This record gives sequence, C-alpha cells and structure tokens, in this order.
Amino acid sequence: MRWLRAFWDSTVGKKAVMAVTGILLVGFVVAHMLGNLQMFIGADAMNRYAAFLKSTGELLWVARAGLLGAAVLHITAAYQLTQMNRAARTDAYAKRVPAASTLASRTMRWGGVLLLAFLVFHIGHFTTGTFHPAFSHTMVYGNVILGFRSPVVSAFYLAAMAALGLHLYHGAWAGFRTLGLAKRSSAPRERRIAQGLALIVWAGFSSIPVAVWLGILN
Amino acid sequence: MHLTLHVWRQASPDQPGRLVEYAAPDISPDMSFLEMLDVVNERLIQRGEEPVAFDHDCREGICGSCGLMINGSAHGPMKLTTACQLHMRSFKDGDAIWIEPWRAKAFPVVKDLVVDRSAFDRIIQAGGYISAATGTPQDANALPIPKPDADWAMDNAACIGCGACVAACPNASASLFTAAKVTHLGALPQGQPERERRALAMVAQMDEEGFGGCTLHGECQEACPKGISIDAIMQLNRDYIRASATKVEVAEWTGAA
Ligand code: HEM
Ligand code: FES
Repeated sequence: MRWLRAFWDSTVGKKAVMAVTGILLVGFVVAHMLGNLQMFIGADAMNRYAAFLKSTGELLWVARAGLLGAAVLHITAAYQLTQMNRAARTDAYAKRVPAASTLASRTMRWGGVLLLAFLVFHIGHFTTGTFHPAFSHTMVYGNVILGFRSPVVSAFYLAAMAALGLHLYHGAWAGFRTLGLAKRSSAPRERRIAQGLALIVWAGFSSIPVAVWLGILN
Repeated sequence: MHLTLHVWRQASPDQPGRLVEYAAPDISPDMSFLEMLDVVNERLIQRGEEPVAFDHDCREGICGSCGLMINGSAHGPMKLTTACQLHMRSFKDGDAIWIEPWRAKAFPVVKDLVVDRSAFDRIIQAGGYISAATGTPQDANALPIPKPDADWAMDNAACIGCGACVAACPNASASLFTAAKVTHLGALPQGQPERERRALAMVAQMDEEGFGGCTLHGECQEACPKGISIDAIMQLNRDYIRASATKVEVAEWTGAA
C-alpha cells in the first residue's frame, strides 16, 4: 500500500482524487437537478418521485454514504493542496497581471467553501427540515414552494447556484486534464463541454426559486 | 526615453529586501531590457552605489539564465520572449517599470533579482534523462520516429529552464517545467524504459522542493518564452497516474528510504 500513500501525498495524486470525486459529485448534481425539474410537471410527480427515492431504503443510504465519502475526500484534498500551494508562494509580487486565469479558476477555493456552507443549510432545509418553517416529510412539493417564499433563503440559493456554476466552469474542464483524459489541443473541447454543463446546471437549479418568486410554481 | 524603475533590492538571502525607485533617463528604445539595466548599473557604480544583481548569460534567448518579473509579467509584456530579447521599444517614454525576482519558496532570492533555481536541476537529476549505451551511435534512420511524435518531443525539448512558469503560477508550481521534460522523453522510443520511473521520481522531487500543485489556471503557458503548452501537464498527469497504478514504489526508484 505504499504506492497509495505516495500517490495521496503527491500534488498530482491528490488532484486526481479531487477530479474523480468531483466527477462523482457532478453526476449527482446533474441527476439531482433533473429530479428537481419535475417540480414543473406538478405536485403529484414531484411527491411521487420523492416517495420513490425514500422507498429505496438501504440503497439510498449506500448512495448517501458514497456521496459523503466523495465530498470528504474532495474537501480534504482541496484543503491540503491549498495549504501546499500557499506555502509555495509566501512572498507576493508588488505588481502582478494575470494573463490567463479566470474568475472561475480564481474562486475555486472560496466558492467551494460557500458550497459547503450551502450543503449544510440545504440538507437542514429540505431533508431534515431543521431550518424549514413548515416542514412535511411527505409533501415535498409544498416544502419547496414554502421554502422559497422567503426572499433571503431564495437569494442564498441563487448565490450558491452561481457559485456552483462557476465551480463547474473551471472544475469540469480541469478534471479531464487532471486525469489526462483529454486530447491535446490549443482550443480544448472539454472547455466548451464544461461551459455548457455549468450553464445548464446553473440555469436548471436557479429556475425553481425564480419560478416560485414569479408565481409560476405555487 | 526617460523611465522610472522600481527595483527589488535585497543584499543577501537572509536580509529583508525592498523596492527601490531609480530614475533612468536617456534610455535608447533600441536597447534590450538587460542593456538598459547595464546602463543603470554603470551609473550606480559611478555614483559609488551597489549595482543591481541580475542573472544573464547568452542574451539571445536560449540559455534560460535571465528571468525577471517585469510589470507583473514574467519576462515582461512580449509573448514568447525572454527578458534578454525584450527591447525598450516595448515601453513608452515616461513609463514606470516594476522589476522583481521570481517569487517561489523553492527559488530563494540570492541577491536583488537573482534567485537560486537549483531545485530545477534536482528535478532533472531525479529522472530527466535516458539510459543509453554510449559509444558508436547507431544510424539515425535505424529508429524510425513518426514526424508528429518527433515534433511533439521537440516542442517540449524547447524548455530552457528559466523558471517563468513557476514565477507566473499563482501556486508557484513547477508542473510545466517537469511536464516538458517528462513529455519530451516520453514521446520518443529512447525514453520508454524509464517512463514510469521518470514520472514518479520527478513529481516526487518537484513536491519535495516545495513547489505547489497545478490548478489549471494556464498562467504558465502564457508566460513560457518557448511556447510550451499545458497539454504537456496532461501528459505528465497521465504518466504519473499510470505509473502509480502499476504500484511501483517511488522509494524503490529514487533509492530513498
Ligand atoms: C463542498 C465543498 C467544496 C470545496 C471546498 C471544493 C473545492 C475545490 C477546489 C479547491 C478545487 C480545485 C481547484 C482548482 O483546481 O483550481 C475543486 C475542484 C473541483 N471540484 Fe470542488 N469543491 C467543493 C464541492 C464540489 C462539488 C459539490 C462539486 C460537484 C458538483 C465539485 C466539483 C469539482 C470538480 C469537478 C473539480 C475539478 C477537479 C480538478 O481540478 O481536477 N466540487 N474543488
Ligand atoms: S540571457 Fe540567456 S535566455 Fe536570456
């Protein structure tokens, strides 16, 4: 197992772990978004979908454990790499003009922290009901509508989804490259795939609080 | 041209440095950036002051000795150009120019603008070579290499080890430097026997030296005076992951305990 230790200890290995766990999380995020869009089909469809997920019993817990494991690895590697990267440049330049980095690539760390805060709130909001004013374990559709009646909560969701979009804008293209899966190119196709994915995920999730606010969903 | 320079002055590695302002009047636009610094230094010497230390050797863009952060860009504002090949006509009369050393923990400042880049030598020593029998060389055509592979190897062999990639990277990562050598040798048949070992050992040494990791900002590619592409880093990642999957012990290869 020493090879695994060496792999995890290296910057390249840790980043590969981030890419694999990131891709798992992206898979979840896309599936979750598609599930949520059933809000637009109607209350019955949404409630039935939620009841179906709960009916999977042990399988649901396996999926949750997998996602939790992926998130823990992703965040641990992110934290440790950030420490290493900061230690590598202790003295800042008096003047520095970035030539290629993007808003998305520069906000991966703080955006990730915002996503973590969002995750904690979101689970307490729609899964356990801890932060929800009128939570019901069966009427999922109603939970969403009532939950998004609060402008502060909706604003927080919209901010978090913007952060998610930015995170994927950089992360989804970086992931291909970290794993060495892309083709050599000066105008990489993965870059466009990542941009499309970020746009779809951002718009898909954001559409729900916006529709509640506009009265399209009630 | 009349310029104002803000130059990093630091007497020795353990003393604190600071930016010092110098007026640089009567500079010809035909001078190279280093010739401009020579003129400034001659004037400093005439005034009995310590000249500004900076690295240089070939002054024709091939040795990789020169390396200055000029107005926040590695090697200055011209793309694909080393500081020695940059000319003062790239600046305007009256410009203020900030000149700083490469900043990285693995590149400690020796004096003023001179940094110690021997960390790069140790990365190369760890695996940036091939084991070939010496003696009478075989006929060059005995070993056919497809043109695209030869080109790709050559693109990456163009690295002059100046350190601009490290200087430009927000993480002070040496990924592009390391990747260029791994890719150059890995593209050729002669590089195959040590391919796994090379990726493992060079990455281990790169981390050991205290360089950061790659986060795909792409700053290194913009800064590289030889136009080396971040596609090389993808190749490095691929080789490293593949080598790790074969469970080769890094210690076994590097001989470290
Ligand atoms: C919850 C807290 C999170 C934190 C603290 C976090 C942090 C980070 C950091 C620091 C990076 C590397 C940045 C870089 O390479 O420039 C990264 C990459 C990535 N993240 Fe996250 N992230 C989080 C959540 C997520 C989520 C929910 C997803 C998926 C929807 C995700 C997907 C990705 C992907 C695909 C990458 C690319 C991996 C790579 O660079 O190779 N992350 N994350
Ligand atoms: S002095 Fe040799 S590359 Fe600039």
